[in-house]
Amino acid sequence: MRVTSKDVQYVADLAYLELTAEERARMERDLNSILDYVDRLNELDTSKVEPLAQVSQLTVGHDLSLDSGHWREDEPRPSLPREAALGNAPQATDSFFRVPKVIER
Amino acid sequence: MDLNLLTVSSTVTAIQERQITAAALVENFYARIDAEDRKIHGYLTLAKDRALAQAAHIDRIADRGNPLPPLGGVPIAVKDVISTKGVRTTAGSRILENYVPPYDSTAVARLEHAGAVILGKTNCDEFAMGSSNENSAYGPVHNPRDRERVPGGSSGGSAASVAAGMSVAALGSDTGGSIRQPAAFCGVVGLMPTYGRVSRYGLIAFASSLDHIGPFGKSVKDVALLLQQIAGRDPLDATTADVRVPDFVSEIGEPVKGLRIGIPHEYFGDGLDREVREAVEDGIQRLAKAGCEPVPVSLPHTAYAIPTYYVVATAEASSNLARYDGVRYGYRSPHAKTLAEVYRRSRDEGFGTEVKRRIMLGTYVLSAGYYDAYYLKAQKVRTLLARDFQQVFEKVDAVVTPTTPTPAFRLGEKTEDPLAMYLADIYTVTADLTGIPGISVPCGESSGGLPIGLQILGRHFEEATILRLGHALEHSFADRVGASAHRKI
Repeated sequence: MRVTSKDVQYVADLAYLELTAEERARMERDLNSILDYVDRLNELDTSKVEPLAQVSQLTVGHDLSLDSGHWREDEPRPSLPREAALGNAPQATDSFFRVPKVIER
Repeated sequence: MDLNLLTVSSTVTAIQERQITAAALVENFYARIDAEDRKIHGYLTLAKDRALAQAAHIDRIADRGNPLPPLGGVPIAVKDVISTKGVRTTAGSRILENYVPPYDSTAVARLEHAGAVILGKTNCDEFAMGSSNENSAYGPVHNPRDRERVPGGSSGGSAASVAAGMSVAALGSDTGGSIRQPAAFCGVVGLMPTYGRVSRYGLIAFASSLDHIGPFGKSVKDVALLLQQIAGRDPLDATTADVRVPDFVSEIGEPVKGLRIGIPHEYFGDGLDREVREAVEDGIQRLAKAGCEPVPVSLPHTAYAIPTYYVVATAEASSNLARYDGVRYGYRSPHAKTLAEVYRRSRDEGFGTEVKRRIMLGTYVLSAGYYDAYYLKAQKVRTLLARDFQQVFEKVDAVVTPTTPTPAFRLGEKTEDPLAMYLADIYTVTADLTGIPGISVPCGESSGGLPIGLQILGRHFEEATILRLGHALEHSFADRVGASAHRKI
Protein backbone atom coordinates (compact mmCIF):
# COMPACT_ATOMS: atom_id res chain seq x y z
CA MET A 1 0.00 0.00 0.00
CA ARG A 2 1.56 3.24 -0.95
CA VAL A 3 -0.88 5.66 0.61
CA THR A 4 -1.03 5.13 4.36
CA SER A 5 -3.63 6.30 6.84
CA LYS A 6 -1.14 8.95 7.97
CA ASP A 7 -0.97 10.21 4.37
CA VAL A 8 -4.75 10.32 4.23
CA GLN A 9 -4.86 12.39 7.42
CA TYR A 10 -2.15 14.74 6.12
CA VAL A 11 -3.90 15.25 2.79
CA ALA A 12 -7.27 15.71 4.46
CA ASP A 13 -5.72 18.44 6.61
CA LEU A 14 -4.29 20.17 3.53
CA ALA A 15 -7.68 19.99 1.86
CA TYR A 16 -9.57 21.17 4.94
CA LEU A 17 -11.76 18.10 5.02
CA GLU A 18 -12.88 16.72 8.35
CA LEU A 19 -13.22 13.07 7.30
CA THR A 20 -14.92 10.52 9.51
CA ALA A 21 -13.00 7.34 10.38
CA GLU A 22 -15.07 5.39 7.87
CA GLU A 23 -14.37 7.98 5.17
CA ARG A 24 -10.67 7.84 5.89
CA ALA A 25 -10.56 4.05 5.51
CA ARG A 26 -12.47 4.17 2.27
CA MET A 27 -10.31 7.00 0.99
CA GLU A 28 -7.14 5.01 1.70
CA ARG A 29 -8.48 2.11 -0.34
CA ASP A 30 -9.74 4.24 -3.22
CA LEU A 31 -6.62 6.42 -3.48
CA ASN A 32 -4.39 3.36 -3.62
CA SER A 33 -6.51 1.74 -6.28
CA ILE A 34 -6.53 4.87 -8.45
CA LEU A 35 -2.84 5.64 -7.96
CA ASP A 36 -1.94 2.06 -8.88
CA TYR A 37 -3.69 2.65 -12.16
CA VAL A 38 -2.12 6.10 -12.61
CA ASP A 39 1.34 4.54 -12.16
CA ARG A 40 1.27 3.34 -15.77
CA LEU A 41 2.21 6.89 -16.80
CA ASN A 42 5.72 5.86 -15.76
CA GLU A 43 5.86 3.48 -18.73
CA LEU A 44 6.45 6.57 -20.85
CA ASP A 45 9.77 8.33 -21.22
CA THR A 46 8.99 12.01 -20.90
CA SER A 47 12.50 13.20 -20.05
CA LYS A 48 12.62 15.39 -23.15
CA VAL A 49 8.98 16.48 -23.17
CA GLU A 50 7.66 19.89 -22.10
CA PRO A 51 4.55 19.97 -19.92
CA LEU A 52 1.27 21.21 -21.38
CA ALA A 53 -0.51 23.00 -18.58
CA GLN A 54 -2.90 25.04 -20.68
CA VAL A 55 -4.06 24.21 -24.19
CA SER A 56 -4.34 27.90 -25.00
CA GLN A 57 -0.63 27.64 -25.76
CA LEU A 58 -1.63 25.48 -28.71
CA THR A 59 -4.70 27.33 -29.82
CA VAL A 60 -3.74 30.93 -29.24
CA GLY A 61 0.00 30.88 -28.94
CA HIS A 62 2.65 31.50 -26.34
CA ASP A 63 2.95 35.23 -26.82
CA LEU A 64 1.97 36.90 -23.59
CA SER A 65 4.10 40.01 -24.12
CA LEU A 66 2.49 43.32 -23.24
CA ASP A 67 1.69 44.26 -26.81
CA SER A 68 0.38 40.82 -27.80
CA GLY A 69 -3.21 41.99 -27.50
CA HIS A 70 -3.95 39.70 -24.57
CA TRP A 71 -3.83 42.42 -21.93
CA ARG A 72 -6.37 45.07 -21.07
CA GLU A 73 -5.59 48.55 -19.79
CA ASP A 74 -4.92 48.69 -16.07
CA GLU A 75 -7.99 50.78 -15.34
CA PRO A 76 -10.43 50.28 -12.50
CA ARG A 77 -13.90 49.18 -13.57
CA PRO A 78 -17.12 48.67 -11.65
CA SER A 79 -17.28 45.36 -9.85
CA LEU A 80 -19.95 43.46 -7.97
CA PRO A 81 -21.85 45.79 -5.61
CA ARG A 82 -21.24 45.01 -1.93
CA GLU A 83 -24.82 44.01 -1.24
CA ALA A 84 -24.76 41.47 -4.06
CA ALA A 85 -21.43 40.15 -2.88
CA LEU A 86 -22.78 39.62 0.64
CA GLY A 87 -26.11 38.27 -0.62
CA ASN A 88 -25.25 34.59 -0.24
CA ALA A 89 -23.24 34.85 2.95
CA PRO A 90 -24.19 32.38 5.69
CA GLN A 91 -23.47 35.13 8.21
CA ALA A 92 -22.75 38.74 7.47
CA THR A 93 -22.91 42.30 8.79
CA ASP A 94 -23.75 45.24 6.56
CA SER A 95 -20.20 45.31 5.30
CA PHE A 96 -18.41 42.11 6.17
CA PHE A 97 -18.63 38.35 6.14
CA ARG A 98 -18.88 37.14 9.72
CA VAL A 99 -16.78 34.23 11.01
CA PRO A 100 -15.81 32.86 14.46
CA LYS A 101 -13.09 34.79 16.26
CA VAL A 102 -9.68 33.93 14.89
CA ILE A 103 -7.43 35.49 17.48
CA GLU A 104 -8.08 34.30 21.01
CA ARG A 105 -7.11 36.98 23.48
CA MET B 1 -48.23 20.86 -31.35
CA ASP B 2 -45.96 17.91 -30.68
CA LEU B 3 -43.23 19.26 -28.40
CA ASN B 4 -41.03 16.28 -29.33
CA LEU B 5 -40.83 17.41 -32.93
CA LEU B 6 -39.95 21.07 -32.33
CA THR B 7 -36.57 22.21 -33.53
CA VAL B 8 -34.94 25.56 -32.89
CA SER B 9 -35.91 26.82 -36.36
CA SER B 10 -39.44 25.46 -36.33
CA THR B 11 -40.01 27.01 -32.91
CA VAL B 12 -38.91 30.48 -34.02
CA THR B 13 -41.01 30.17 -37.20
CA ALA B 14 -44.09 29.01 -35.33
CA ILE B 15 -43.88 31.97 -32.96
CA GLN B 16 -43.06 34.48 -35.69
CA GLU B 17 -46.06 33.31 -37.71
CA ARG B 18 -48.23 33.41 -34.60
CA GLN B 19 -49.14 29.71 -34.82
CA ILE B 20 -48.49 29.86 -31.10
CA THR B 21 -47.38 32.55 -28.67
CA ALA B 22 -44.06 32.27 -26.87
CA ALA B 23 -45.97 32.38 -23.59
CA ALA B 24 -48.28 29.51 -24.55
CA LEU B 25 -45.31 27.47 -25.69
CA VAL B 26 -43.55 27.99 -22.37
CA GLU B 27 -46.72 26.90 -20.54
CA ASN B 28 -46.86 23.78 -22.72
CA PHE B 29 -43.30 22.92 -21.79
CA TYR B 30 -43.92 23.43 -18.09
CA ALA B 31 -46.98 21.16 -18.35
CA ARG B 32 -44.85 18.54 -20.01
CA ILE B 33 -42.15 18.89 -17.36
CA ASP B 34 -44.82 18.52 -14.71
CA ALA B 35 -46.05 15.30 -16.32
CA GLU B 36 -42.75 13.69 -17.28
CA ASP B 37 -40.05 14.89 -14.95
CA ARG B 38 -41.12 12.98 -11.87
CA LYS B 39 -39.96 9.86 -13.75
CA ILE B 40 -36.76 11.40 -15.11
CA HIS B 41 -35.68 14.01 -12.55
CA GLY B 42 -33.90 16.07 -15.17
CA TYR B 43 -34.68 19.44 -13.62
CA LEU B 44 -33.62 20.84 -10.25
CA THR B 45 -35.06 24.36 -10.49
CA LEU B 46 -37.68 25.87 -12.77
CA ALA B 47 -37.26 29.55 -13.65
CA LYS B 48 -40.89 30.31 -14.35
CA ASP B 49 -40.86 34.06 -13.68
CA ARG B 50 -37.83 34.63 -15.82
CA ALA B 51 -39.11 32.37 -18.59
CA LEU B 52 -42.52 34.01 -18.77
CA ALA B 53 -41.00 37.50 -18.71
CA GLN B 54 -38.76 36.59 -21.63
CA ALA B 55 -41.68 34.97 -23.46
CA ALA B 56 -43.73 38.15 -23.01
CA HIS B 57 -40.86 40.17 -24.43
CA ILE B 58 -40.68 37.87 -27.47
CA ASP B 59 -44.45 38.01 -27.93
CA ARG B 60 -44.35 41.82 -27.98
CA ILE B 61 -41.86 41.71 -30.85
CA ALA B 62 -43.88 39.14 -32.78
CA ASP B 63 -47.17 40.99 -32.19
CA ARG B 64 -45.70 44.08 -33.82
CA GLY B 65 -44.77 42.00 -36.83
CA ASN B 66 -41.07 42.61 -36.27
CA PRO B 67 -38.48 39.90 -36.96
CA LEU B 68 -37.62 37.79 -33.95
CA PRO B 69 -34.02 37.41 -32.80
CA PRO B 70 -32.36 34.14 -33.94
CA LEU B 71 -33.47 32.04 -30.95
CA GLY B 72 -36.69 33.98 -30.28
CA GLY B 73 -38.91 32.02 -27.92
CA VAL B 74 -36.86 28.82 -27.98
CA PRO B 75 -37.17 26.98 -24.63
CA ILE B 76 -33.76 25.96 -23.33
CA ALA B 77 -32.58 24.07 -20.24
CA VAL B 78 -29.31 25.02 -18.55
CA LYS B 79 -27.04 22.67 -16.59
CA ASP B 80 -26.87 23.64 -12.95
CA VAL B 81 -23.14 24.37 -13.01
CA ILE B 82 -23.82 27.36 -15.24
CA SER B 83 -24.69 30.54 -13.34
CA THR B 84 -28.05 32.22 -13.86
CA LYS B 85 -28.58 35.54 -12.12
CA GLY B 86 -31.37 35.37 -9.58
CA VAL B 87 -32.03 31.69 -10.25
CA ARG B 88 -30.72 29.13 -7.77
CA THR B 89 -27.60 27.36 -9.02
CA THR B 90 -26.48 24.32 -7.04
CA ALA B 91 -23.81 22.57 -9.14
CA GLY B 92 -25.65 19.41 -8.07
CA SER B 93 -24.25 19.86 -4.57
CA ARG B 94 -25.62 20.42 -1.07
CA ILE B 95 -22.83 22.90 -0.48
CA LEU B 96 -24.59 25.32 -2.86
CA GLU B 97 -28.14 24.28 -2.05
CA ASN B 98 -29.33 27.85 -1.59
CA TYR B 99 -26.81 29.70 -3.72
CA VAL B 100 -28.33 32.36 -5.96
CA PRO B 101 -25.77 33.84 -8.37
CA PRO B 102 -25.62 37.63 -8.56
CA TYR B 103 -24.62 37.46 -12.22
CA ASP B 104 -25.32 35.51 -15.41
CA SER B 105 -22.78 33.38 -17.17
CA THR B 106 -21.83 34.83 -20.54
CA ALA B 107 -23.29 31.81 -22.38
CA VAL B 108 -26.69 32.29 -20.75
CA ALA B 109 -26.61 36.05 -21.31
CA ARG B 110 -25.85 35.54 -24.99
CA LEU B 111 -28.62 32.97 -25.43
CA GLU B 112 -31.14 35.27 -23.77
CA HIS B 113 -29.96 38.22 -25.82
CA ALA B 114 -30.70 36.05 -28.87
CA GLY B 115 -34.24 35.51 -27.59
CA ALA B 116 -33.98 32.11 -25.92
CA VAL B 117 -36.23 31.28 -22.98
CA ILE B 118 -34.42 29.72 -20.03
CA LEU B 119 -36.90 27.17 -18.62
CA GLY B 120 -34.80 26.05 -15.69
CA LYS B 121 -31.67 24.38 -14.32
CA THR B 122 -30.90 20.77 -14.92
CA ASN B 123 -29.64 18.06 -12.65
CA CYS B 124 -26.00 17.04 -12.96
CA ASP B 125 -23.26 15.14 -11.19
CA GLU B 126 -21.97 17.18 -8.26
CA PHE B 127 -19.53 19.84 -9.54
CA ALA B 128 -19.66 18.04 -12.88
CA MET B 129 -17.72 15.10 -11.44
CA GLY B 130 -19.21 11.92 -12.80
CA SER B 131 -20.22 9.91 -15.83
CA SER B 132 -23.72 8.82 -14.91
CA ASN B 133 -25.49 11.65 -13.04
CA GLU B 134 -25.53 9.34 -9.99
CA ASN B 135 -23.30 11.73 -8.04
CA SER B 136 -25.93 14.45 -7.81
CA ALA B 137 -26.77 15.34 -4.21
CA TYR B 138 -30.37 15.63 -5.37
CA GLY B 139 -30.80 12.12 -6.76
CA PRO B 140 -30.01 10.57 -10.12
CA VAL B 141 -31.48 11.33 -13.51
CA HIS B 142 -33.22 8.47 -15.34
CA ASN B 143 -32.52 7.94 -19.02
CA PRO B 144 -35.74 8.79 -20.91
CA ARG B 145 -35.02 5.95 -23.33
CA ASP B 146 -34.89 3.37 -20.52
CA ARG B 147 -35.60 4.66 -17.07
CA GLU B 148 -33.63 1.96 -15.29
CA ARG B 149 -30.52 3.22 -16.95
CA VAL B 150 -28.32 6.22 -16.50
CA PRO B 151 -28.55 9.17 -18.88
CA GLY B 152 -24.79 9.59 -18.71
CA GLY B 153 -22.98 12.39 -16.96
CA SER B 154 -22.22 14.81 -15.83
CA SER B 155 -24.72 16.73 -18.00
CA GLY B 156 -27.35 13.99 -17.61
CA GLY B 157 -30.24 16.35 -16.88
CA SER B 158 -29.59 18.51 -19.95
CA ALA B 159 -29.32 15.52 -22.28
CA ALA B 160 -32.42 13.90 -20.79
CA SER B 161 -34.40 17.12 -21.03
CA VAL B 162 -33.85 17.34 -24.79
CA ALA B 163 -34.40 13.60 -25.31
CA ALA B 164 -37.69 13.70 -23.38
CA GLY B 165 -39.06 16.82 -25.08
CA MET B 166 -38.79 18.86 -21.88
CA SER B 167 -36.79 21.55 -23.69
CA VAL B 168 -35.96 22.17 -27.34
CA ALA B 169 -32.25 22.46 -26.66
CA ALA B 170 -29.94 22.70 -23.68
CA LEU B 171 -26.56 23.84 -22.41
CA GLY B 172 -24.16 21.50 -20.71
CA SER B 173 -20.50 21.39 -19.77
CA ASP B 174 -17.76 18.94 -20.71
CA THR B 175 -14.52 18.36 -18.81
CA GLY B 176 -13.87 14.66 -19.55
CA GLY B 177 -16.81 13.85 -21.81
CA SER B 178 -19.76 15.27 -19.91
CA ILE B 179 -21.59 16.59 -22.97
CA ARG B 180 -20.74 13.92 -25.53
CA GLN B 181 -21.27 10.85 -23.39
CA PRO B 182 -24.78 11.76 -22.15
CA ALA B 183 -25.67 12.81 -25.70
CA ALA B 184 -24.70 9.30 -26.85
CA PHE B 185 -26.59 7.57 -24.01
CA CYS B 186 -29.76 9.62 -24.55
CA GLY B 187 -29.78 9.65 -28.34
CA VAL B 188 -29.31 13.37 -28.92
CA VAL B 189 -26.59 15.55 -30.42
CA GLY B 190 -24.00 17.05 -28.06
CA LEU B 191 -21.12 19.33 -29.04
CA MET B 192 -18.02 20.22 -27.11
CA PRO B 193 -16.52 23.27 -28.87
CA THR B 194 -12.78 23.98 -29.04
CA TYR B 195 -11.33 25.16 -25.73
CA GLY B 196 -11.50 28.94 -25.93
CA ARG B 197 -14.40 29.05 -28.40
CA VAL B 198 -17.08 29.60 -25.73
CA SER B 199 -16.63 31.72 -22.61
CA ARG B 200 -16.41 29.88 -19.29
CA TYR B 201 -17.38 33.03 -17.37
CA GLY B 202 -20.06 31.93 -14.93
CA LEU B 203 -19.33 28.22 -15.31
CA ILE B 204 -18.76 26.88 -11.80
CA ALA B 205 -15.20 25.69 -12.23
CA PHE B 206 -14.18 22.04 -11.95
CA ALA B 207 -10.91 21.91 -13.92
CA SER B 208 -10.11 25.22 -15.56
CA SER B 209 -7.90 23.91 -18.36
CA LEU B 210 -10.41 21.20 -19.27
CA ASP B 211 -13.88 22.73 -18.72
CA HIS B 212 -16.02 23.66 -21.72
CA ILE B 213 -19.61 24.86 -22.16
CA GLY B 214 -21.50 23.38 -25.14
CA PRO B 215 -24.97 22.77 -26.59
CA PHE B 216 -27.32 19.80 -26.80
CA GLY B 217 -30.02 19.51 -29.46
CA LYS B 218 -32.10 17.00 -31.38
CA SER B 219 -30.17 17.76 -34.55
CA VAL B 220 -26.78 18.99 -35.68
CA LYS B 221 -28.40 22.13 -37.07
CA ASP B 222 -29.94 22.97 -33.69
CA VAL B 223 -26.59 22.56 -32.00
CA ALA B 224 -24.99 24.81 -34.64
CA LEU B 225 -27.66 27.47 -34.07
CA LEU B 226 -26.91 27.55 -30.36
CA LEU B 227 -23.14 27.50 -30.87
CA GLN B 228 -23.51 30.49 -33.18
CA GLN B 229 -24.87 32.58 -30.32
CA ILE B 230 -22.55 31.52 -27.52
CA ALA B 231 -19.25 31.40 -29.43
CA GLY B 232 -16.77 34.23 -29.51
CA ARG B 233 -14.20 36.14 -27.50
CA ASP B 234 -15.31 37.34 -24.10
CA PRO B 235 -13.26 39.91 -22.18
CA LEU B 236 -14.54 38.26 -18.99
CA ASP B 237 -12.73 35.00 -19.84
CA ALA B 238 -9.10 35.51 -20.76
CA THR B 239 -8.88 31.97 -22.15
CA THR B 240 -11.34 32.71 -24.93
CA ALA B 241 -9.64 33.01 -28.29
CA ASP B 242 -9.85 36.01 -30.53
CA VAL B 243 -10.67 33.97 -33.64
CA ARG B 244 -13.33 34.52 -36.25
CA VAL B 245 -16.70 32.86 -35.59
CA PRO B 246 -17.85 31.37 -38.91
CA ASP B 247 -21.48 31.02 -39.94
CA PHE B 248 -21.80 27.48 -38.61
CA VAL B 249 -25.28 26.89 -39.96
CA SER B 250 -24.43 27.71 -43.56
CA GLU B 251 -21.26 25.61 -43.25
CA ILE B 252 -23.07 22.43 -42.25
CA GLY B 253 -24.81 22.18 -45.61
CA GLU B 254 -21.52 22.09 -47.49
CA PRO B 255 -20.69 18.73 -49.09
CA VAL B 256 -18.37 16.36 -47.23
CA LYS B 257 -17.00 14.82 -50.41
CA GLY B 258 -13.24 14.60 -50.25
CA LEU B 259 -12.94 15.00 -46.47
CA ARG B 260 -10.51 12.48 -45.04
CA ILE B 261 -11.72 10.83 -41.83
CA GLY B 262 -9.21 9.11 -39.58
CA ILE B 263 -10.20 5.84 -37.92
CA PRO B 264 -7.85 5.28 -34.94
CA HIS B 265 -7.44 1.58 -34.19
CA GLU B 266 -6.85 2.29 -30.49
CA TYR B 267 -10.52 3.28 -30.18
CA PHE B 268 -11.77 0.01 -31.69
CA GLY B 269 -10.02 -2.53 -29.49
CA ASP B 270 -10.91 -4.55 -26.40
CA GLY B 271 -13.73 -3.36 -24.24
CA LEU B 272 -15.75 -1.97 -27.14
CA ASP B 273 -19.27 -3.44 -27.17
CA ARG B 274 -19.92 -5.41 -30.35
CA GLU B 275 -23.15 -3.57 -31.21
CA VAL B 276 -21.51 -0.18 -30.67
CA ARG B 277 -18.69 -1.21 -32.98
CA GLU B 278 -21.17 -2.33 -35.65
CA ALA B 279 -23.19 0.88 -35.41
CA VAL B 280 -20.10 3.09 -35.64
CA GLU B 281 -18.67 1.06 -38.53
CA ASP B 282 -22.02 1.47 -40.27
CA GLY B 283 -21.76 5.22 -39.63
CA ILE B 284 -18.30 5.29 -41.19
CA GLN B 285 -19.67 3.48 -44.24
CA ARG B 286 -22.42 6.05 -44.54
CA LEU B 287 -19.85 8.86 -44.48
CA ALA B 288 -17.81 6.99 -47.09
CA LYS B 289 -20.91 6.75 -49.27
CA ALA B 290 -21.29 10.52 -48.91
CA GLY B 291 -17.82 10.92 -50.36
CA CYS B 292 -15.52 10.85 -47.33
CA GLU B 293 -12.29 8.91 -47.40
CA PRO B 294 -11.76 6.71 -44.31
CA VAL B 295 -8.05 6.51 -43.42
CA PRO B 296 -6.66 4.13 -40.79
CA VAL B 297 -4.62 6.13 -38.26
CA SER B 298 -2.97 5.66 -34.91
CA LEU B 299 -3.21 7.71 -31.71
CA PRO B 300 -0.53 5.77 -29.86
CA HIS B 301 -0.84 7.35 -26.41
CA THR B 302 -4.60 6.79 -26.07
CA ALA B 303 -4.18 4.27 -23.24
CA TYR B 304 -2.54 6.96 -21.10
CA ALA B 305 -5.35 9.48 -21.44
CA ILE B 306 -7.43 8.35 -18.47
CA PRO B 307 -4.61 8.32 -15.91
CA THR B 308 -3.47 11.71 -17.26
CA TYR B 309 -6.96 13.08 -16.95
CA TYR B 310 -7.50 11.86 -13.41
CA VAL B 311 -4.29 13.52 -12.26
CA VAL B 312 -4.77 16.84 -14.08
CA ALA B 313 -8.51 17.21 -13.51
CA THR B 314 -8.42 16.30 -9.84
CA ALA B 315 -5.40 18.55 -9.20
CA GLU B 316 -7.19 21.50 -10.77
CA ALA B 317 -10.40 20.61 -8.96
CA SER B 318 -8.69 20.54 -5.57
CA SER B 319 -7.63 24.11 -6.21
CA ASN B 320 -10.95 25.29 -7.65
CA LEU B 321 -13.03 23.77 -4.87
CA ALA B 322 -10.94 25.37 -2.13
CA ARG B 323 -13.27 28.37 -2.36
CA TYR B 324 -16.12 26.42 -0.75
CA ASP B 325 -15.23 27.19 2.83
CA GLY B 326 -18.54 28.21 4.40
CA VAL B 327 -17.54 31.88 4.59
CA ARG B 328 -18.77 33.86 1.60
CA TYR B 329 -21.50 31.63 0.15
CA GLY B 330 -22.83 28.15 0.39
CA TYR B 331 -23.32 25.81 3.28
CA ARG B 332 -21.83 26.58 6.68
CA SER B 333 -21.83 23.79 9.22
CA PRO B 334 -23.91 24.50 12.31
CA HIS B 335 -21.40 22.41 14.31
CA ALA B 336 -18.47 24.74 13.75
CA LYS B 337 -17.06 26.68 16.69
CA THR B 338 -13.72 27.86 15.33
CA LEU B 339 -12.79 29.18 11.90
CA ALA B 340 -10.88 26.00 11.14
CA GLU B 341 -14.02 24.03 11.95
CA VAL B 342 -16.07 26.29 9.70
CA TYR B 343 -13.81 25.25 6.85
CA ARG B 344 -13.40 21.59 7.67
CA ARG B 345 -16.92 20.71 8.71
CA SER B 346 -18.72 22.79 6.11
CA ARG B 347 -16.68 21.08 3.43
CA ASP B 348 -16.99 17.58 4.80
CA GLU B 349 -20.73 17.91 5.40
CA GLY B 350 -21.48 19.84 2.22
CA PHE B 351 -19.50 17.81 -0.32
CA GLY B 352 -20.47 14.34 -1.57
CA THR B 353 -18.24 11.27 -1.63
CA GLU B 354 -16.98 11.50 -5.21
CA VAL B 355 -16.13 15.17 -4.84
CA LYS B 356 -14.17 14.50 -1.66
CA ARG B 357 -12.38 11.61 -3.33
CA ARG B 358 -11.28 13.83 -6.20
CA ILE B 359 -10.25 16.68 -3.92
CA MET B 360 -8.15 14.21 -1.92
CA LEU B 361 -6.54 12.72 -5.03
CA GLY B 362 -5.87 16.15 -6.49
CA THR B 363 -4.38 17.47 -3.26
CA TYR B 364 -2.19 14.39 -2.97
CA VAL B 365 -0.76 14.64 -6.49
CA LEU B 366 0.09 18.30 -5.93
CA SER B 367 1.59 17.86 -2.51
CA ALA B 368 5.29 18.21 -1.76
CA GLY B 369 7.24 15.19 -2.87
CA TYR B 370 4.57 14.02 -5.29
CA TYR B 371 4.15 17.01 -7.61
CA ASP B 372 6.88 15.92 -10.06
CA ALA B 373 5.96 12.25 -10.05
CA TYR B 374 2.29 12.81 -10.74
CA TYR B 375 1.18 16.28 -11.80
CA LEU B 376 4.22 17.31 -13.82
CA LYS B 377 4.41 13.84 -15.36
CA ALA B 378 0.77 14.00 -16.39
CA GLN B 379 1.28 17.41 -17.98
CA LYS B 380 4.09 15.96 -20.05
CA VAL B 381 1.94 13.03 -21.18
CA ARG B 382 -0.65 15.62 -22.10
CA THR B 383 1.89 17.04 -24.57
CA LEU B 384 2.31 13.57 -26.07
CA LEU B 385 -1.45 13.25 -26.50
CA ALA B 386 -1.58 16.67 -28.19
CA ARG B 387 1.22 15.62 -30.52
CA ASP B 388 -0.65 12.42 -31.47
CA PHE B 389 -3.53 14.56 -32.72
CA GLN B 390 -1.29 17.14 -34.39
CA GLN B 391 0.34 14.36 -36.39
CA VAL B 392 -2.95 12.71 -37.31
CA PHE B 393 -4.52 16.00 -38.38
CA GLU B 394 -1.77 16.42 -40.94
CA LYS B 395 -3.19 13.35 -42.68
CA VAL B 396 -6.93 13.66 -42.06
CA ASP B 397 -9.53 16.38 -41.54
CA ALA B 398 -11.44 14.68 -38.72
CA VAL B 399 -11.25 11.60 -36.53
CA VAL B 400 -14.25 9.27 -36.13
CA THR B 401 -14.68 7.01 -33.09
CA PRO B 402 -17.39 5.55 -30.89
CA THR B 403 -18.41 8.08 -28.22
CA THR B 404 -18.65 5.43 -25.50
CA PRO B 405 -17.54 1.79 -25.18
CA THR B 406 -21.07 0.61 -24.36
CA PRO B 407 -24.62 1.95 -24.48
CA ALA B 408 -26.16 3.33 -21.27
CA PHE B 409 -25.48 1.09 -18.27
CA ARG B 410 -27.92 0.47 -15.43
CA LEU B 411 -28.34 2.75 -12.44
CA GLY B 412 -26.14 1.40 -9.64
CA GLU B 413 -24.10 -0.80 -11.96
CA LYS B 414 -20.81 1.09 -11.60
CA THR B 415 -21.22 3.02 -8.37
CA GLU B 416 -19.17 0.66 -6.20
CA ASP B 417 -15.92 0.92 -8.13
CA PRO B 418 -14.78 4.45 -8.95
CA LEU B 419 -12.16 3.19 -11.37
CA ALA B 420 -14.73 1.24 -13.43
CA MET B 421 -16.74 4.44 -13.74
CA TYR B 422 -13.66 6.42 -14.78
CA LEU B 423 -12.89 3.95 -17.58
CA ALA B 424 -16.23 4.76 -19.23
CA ASP B 425 -14.65 8.06 -20.30
CA ILE B 426 -12.01 6.36 -22.39
CA TYR B 427 -13.00 7.78 -25.78
CA THR B 428 -13.91 11.28 -24.66
CA VAL B 429 -11.13 12.54 -22.37
CA THR B 430 -8.50 12.95 -25.09
CA ALA B 431 -10.39 15.85 -26.65
CA ASP B 432 -10.62 17.68 -23.32
CA LEU B 433 -6.92 17.19 -22.64
CA THR B 434 -5.93 18.53 -26.05
CA GLY B 435 -8.58 21.26 -26.46
CA ILE B 436 -9.94 19.96 -29.78
CA PRO B 437 -13.68 20.06 -30.54
CA GLY B 438 -15.83 16.93 -30.53
CA ILE B 439 -19.42 16.08 -31.32
CA SER B 440 -21.54 13.02 -30.60
CA VAL B 441 -24.23 12.21 -33.13
CA PRO B 442 -26.81 9.42 -32.77
CA CYS B 443 -25.85 6.48 -34.92
CA GLY B 444 -28.24 3.62 -34.49
CA GLU B 445 -29.37 1.56 -31.51
CA SER B 446 -28.49 -1.58 -29.66
CA SER B 447 -30.69 -4.63 -30.02
CA GLY B 448 -32.29 -3.53 -26.74
CA GLY B 449 -33.25 -0.18 -28.26
CA LEU B 450 -30.56 1.86 -26.51
CA PRO B 451 -29.05 4.80 -28.42
CA ILE B 452 -25.49 4.60 -29.72
CA GLY B 453 -23.35 7.66 -30.41
CA LEU B 454 -20.67 8.25 -33.00
CA GLN B 455 -18.01 10.82 -32.11
CA ILE B 456 -16.32 13.16 -34.58
CA LEU B 457 -13.21 15.04 -33.45
CA GLY B 458 -11.72 17.96 -35.34
CA ARG B 459 -8.82 20.36 -35.44
CA HIS B 460 -8.84 23.35 -33.12
CA PHE B 461 -11.57 25.82 -34.18
CA GLU B 462 -12.85 23.53 -36.94
CA GLU B 463 -16.29 22.98 -35.43
CA ALA B 464 -17.69 23.70 -38.89
CA THR B 465 -16.00 20.57 -40.27
CA ILE B 466 -17.27 18.24 -37.55
CA LEU B 467 -20.74 19.78 -37.73
CA ARG B 468 -20.73 19.23 -41.47
CA LEU B 469 -19.78 15.57 -41.06
CA GLY B 470 -22.36 15.11 -38.30
CA HIS B 471 -25.02 16.64 -40.50
CA ALA B 472 -24.09 14.34 -43.38
CA LEU B 473 -24.34 11.33 -41.09
CA GLU B 474 -27.71 12.47 -39.75
CA HIS B 475 -28.95 13.05 -43.27
CA SER B 476 -27.96 9.52 -44.28
CA PHE B 477 -30.47 8.13 -41.75
CA ALA B 478 -33.36 10.05 -43.21
CA ASP B 479 -33.90 7.26 -45.69
CA ARG B 480 -34.58 4.69 -42.98
CA VAL B 481 -38.33 4.47 -42.62
CA GLY B 482 -39.39 4.11 -39.01
CA ALA B 483 -35.86 4.47 -37.71
CA SER B 484 -35.98 5.92 -34.24
CA ALA B 485 -32.32 6.82 -34.50
CA HIS B 486 -33.54 10.16 -35.77
CA ARG B 487 -36.83 11.86 -35.48
CA LYS B 488 -37.82 13.47 -38.76
CA ILE B 489 -37.11 17.16 -38.45
